[in-house]
Amino acid sequence: MTSAEINTCEDALRLLAAHLDRELNDHTHAEVQRHLDACRSCYSRAEFERRLKASIAALGHEPVPPELSGRVESLIRQFTVTADE
Amino acid sequence: MADVATRPLSRTDHTWFAGQVETLLPALYGTAVRLCRDRTDGEDLVAETIAKAWEAFPALRNRDTFRGWMFRILTNTFLSQYRADRARGEVESFDASDDGFSLFERVHQPILLWWGNPEQDFLNGLLRDDLIRAIDELPDRLRTVVVLVDVQALSYREVSTALKIPVGTVRSRLARGRGLLQKALWENARDAGLRAGPQRSGGEDQPDDQR
Repeated sequence: MTSAEINTCEDALRLLAAHLDRELNDHTHAEVQRHLDACRSCYSRAEFERRLKASIAALGHEPVPPELSGRVESLIRQFTVTADE
Repeated sequence: MADVATRPLSRTDHTWFAGQVETLLPALYGTAVRLCRDRTDGEDLVAETIAKAWEAFPALRNRDTFRGWMFRILTNTFLSQYRADRARGEVESFDASDDGFSLFERVHQPILLWWGNPEQDFLNGLLRDDLIRAIDELPDRLRTVVVLVDVQALSYREVSTALKIPVGTVRSRLARGRGLLQKALWENARDAGLRAGPQRSGGEDQPDDQR
């Protein structure tokens, strides 16, 4: 994504998702952050989206059931090695 | 970059692969369950992914990319199954009007700010099951992108490569998926009375313009 000037709340909110996803270049990321640091309304919005994103990220790791662990171990044991050391 | 493309796999490779898989297993399983919406199907997907990965392992040139590579195999395996399901008649439809849905704007009511922090209260009251239900409700194509970006923190570029779609499509599916997800969270919460909606008798803390 190219650099962008952040002059309004609309500019900042348009880039907010990419900002939180760390998909902006350094300059634009800093520009959005500067706006967030100065604008209470956009900062609140960003914090809300950041916390929601963190809650969703927390779903990424599931306790692995013992049956699956055993199945994977057994599967990997069966993989053929085709070369000597 | 170690070139292992043409060499056969040794016992050391096997040990390395097993170690990496063991480390990644909770993330692979978590992603598989979110994609499949079913624990048993998720287990099958993980096992199939690992088998395919070992088969393709000699062609992986840069082992630093192992994590993204594994998620790519997992996603493609899921999607090939999904395509088979679609061929059996699954239909999905997108409503473009959900693109811009903002949960924050629903929860953030200036009139309430004098008495508290409604958006923080909303997030504090959000349960893991609420999020799982909202993600599960997403159409497959959108759920896949949301899961890879928001749950597994893959970059737009990595998702684009995994799904063989342009980065712009990743961005638009993500926006639409997040909009739908936030809408589902809002509706579920409203129905549960978490934020008393206008249809609730105790709706004194919410103005009647939410519908």
